[in-house]
Amino acid sequence: MGRACPLNGLIVDSARQPARKSTVAESPASAARRRFINGVAAAAGGGCLLALGAGLYSRSASALPAQALRPPGALAEDDFLAACVRCGLCVRDCPYHILKLADLGEPVPTGTPYFTARQIPCEMCDDIPCVKACPTGALDRELTDINQARMGLAALVDHESCLNFLGLRCDVCYRVCPVIDKAITLETQHNPRSDRHAMLLPTVHSDACTGCGKCEKSCVLPEAAIKVFPRKLAQGALPAHYRKGWEEKARHGGSLIGEQVELPVRGFEGSTAGRSATETVVAPVAPAPSAAPSAAPVPSPKEASGGLRRGLDSHWKP
Amino acid sequence: MASLPVSSSDSDVPRSLWQRQRWLVLRRLSQALVLLAFLAGPWFGLWIAKGNLSSSLTLGVLPLTDPLLALQTLLTGHLPYAAALTGAAIVLGFYLLVGGRVFCGWVCPVNVVTDAAAWTRRRLGIKTGRVPDAATRYWLLGGILVAAAVTGRLAWEWVNPVSLLHRGLIFGMGGGLFVIAGIFVYDVLVASRGWCGHLCPMGAFYGLLGRTALLRVSAAKRSACDDCMDCFTVCPEPQVIRPALKAVGQAGPLILSSDCTTCGRCIDVCDKQVFKMTHRFDQRSE
Repeated sequence: MGRACPLNGLIVDSARQPARKSTVAESPASAARRRFINGVAAAAGGGCLLALGAGLYSRSASALPAQALRPPGALAEDDFLAACVRCGLCVRDCPYHILKLADLGEPVPTGTPYFTARQIPCEMCDDIPCVKACPTGALDRELTDINQARMGLAALVDHESCLNFLGLRCDVCYRVCPVIDKAITLETQHNPRSDRHAMLLPTVHSDACTGCGKCEKSCVLPEAAIKVFPRKLAQGALPAHYRKGWEEKARHGGSLIGEQVELPVRGFEGSTAGRSATETVVAPVAPAPSAAPSAAPVPSPKEASGGLRRGLDSHWKP
Repeated sequence: MASLPVSSSDSDVPRSLWQRQRWLVLRRLSQALVLLAFLAGPWFGLWIAKGNLSSSLTLGVLPLTDPLLALQTLLTGHLPYAAALTGAAIVLGFYLLVGGRVFCGWVCPVNVVTDAAAWTRRRLGIKTGRVPDAATRYWLLGGILVAAAVTGRLAWEWVNPVSLLHRGLIFGMGGGLFVIAGIFVYDVLVASRGWCGHLCPMGAFYGLLGRTALLRVSAAKRSACDDCMDCFTVCPEPQVIRPALKAVGQAGPLILSSDCTTCGRCIDVCDKQVFKMTHRFDQRSE
């Protein structure tokens, strides 16, 4: 039964009124009980608040910055943050002192190991001591061949200042790559600016790049044109249902959807339009320009350089 | 010695400086040696222990892991390798046997900071402040375990001052110093023994391991007590003394509360030599 209190208009439970009156005198037992309940409430509130704060902070401060790379064998970042106890045993067993433990306030989650490729890249030890040192499995011992490590993925991010893109033969990133000719290849392209030279473009292949960071470290520019990022940042992904027509064709020995009607191409009628920048230099063995499109779309560097030695005077000259 | 509040001047036997500081010195020595075991490698190339208090490998054979951290890891859903689990079991067994909060008094580096804060607070004569309920640490302990399970990561390790300080001392630190300074200021100005005695969930966890502790302090000569209160003043968990010293709720002279860090400071400061370090089954009293 409730009724409005005549003094302040609050609804009070009339059935409890006598009980309240008796507590005005406050028996020691009820005072103690109230103190106890208050104490528990304060403790629970304070404790849970602190834990909640830590939980929220761990959420907000757990994005790995673009230039921080995990040691080889590191689990996917979410699993890594569950498994890594931040003991630093990997740091201790790295013979090249590459790894660091993040401090509070750094953009890397507190206490976790990382390295920065531009400062010191991973030397890719054959015996992978950092993985062996990890007591929790945050660094996965399934990784036994360092060439299968996927610490990150190199990306040639700046085409405007990369010396090879400017037509020079810098090639340093390609030459220092521990997985040379697999993780980084030089892809030959016609240089449309001079119209008589080739550009050998460093090209990263995600199926072989370990993300060691040697390329970024050795890039001769004041700011590296090739950089290594955590794979999640550097790599796109095709939808799962996509199939590459040319691959399926090769696999099945013919088109799966039958011959297609050739549609006329409009807007590219000029004699050289559409060829120069995208087509590869083909050895001048092919006599007619019309042979170019049927050649392999991406010649291997060896073929290409072989072609180059035989002369650069391409068929793009008018 | 002038730093200690001495209110009982009528001590029968004058005690040497060593007798008055023995357990404090031994404890600091223990804390320093633990740290040195980790630092001898990077400093002198003499590798005794690698890693830190979270997980370590001593002399290349003995794995040790913080059992609370191993528990949190399990709650995130990750099953650690045998090395970490074995290490956690060894540490768990050791503290169950010797006494859970022996970790707090004899190993933990934050203890030095909070002892310094308590000393500063006494020297400055600060009596004010607001002390959180001592049960807060158990709620926080529960909270960090829930946080590990809910977030799927070791959430407490983002801010844990204990691992932050120890890791920082060994691997270098910057921002972590602010947390440690914060704890010092909090303990001096806001709450006496606020961090270690009321909030730290690691202390709470190790306290839970302390119910079977073999190493215990006993108020063996409690009849000699002259109520000078020196031990209460200096004790980081003063509530543990009364049952043993004044036979409140128990008959024996052993300090059995698992909150006791077995630091032995009460033994140092008591001019009547009431307390002594002993084992759990030593019920002798005079």
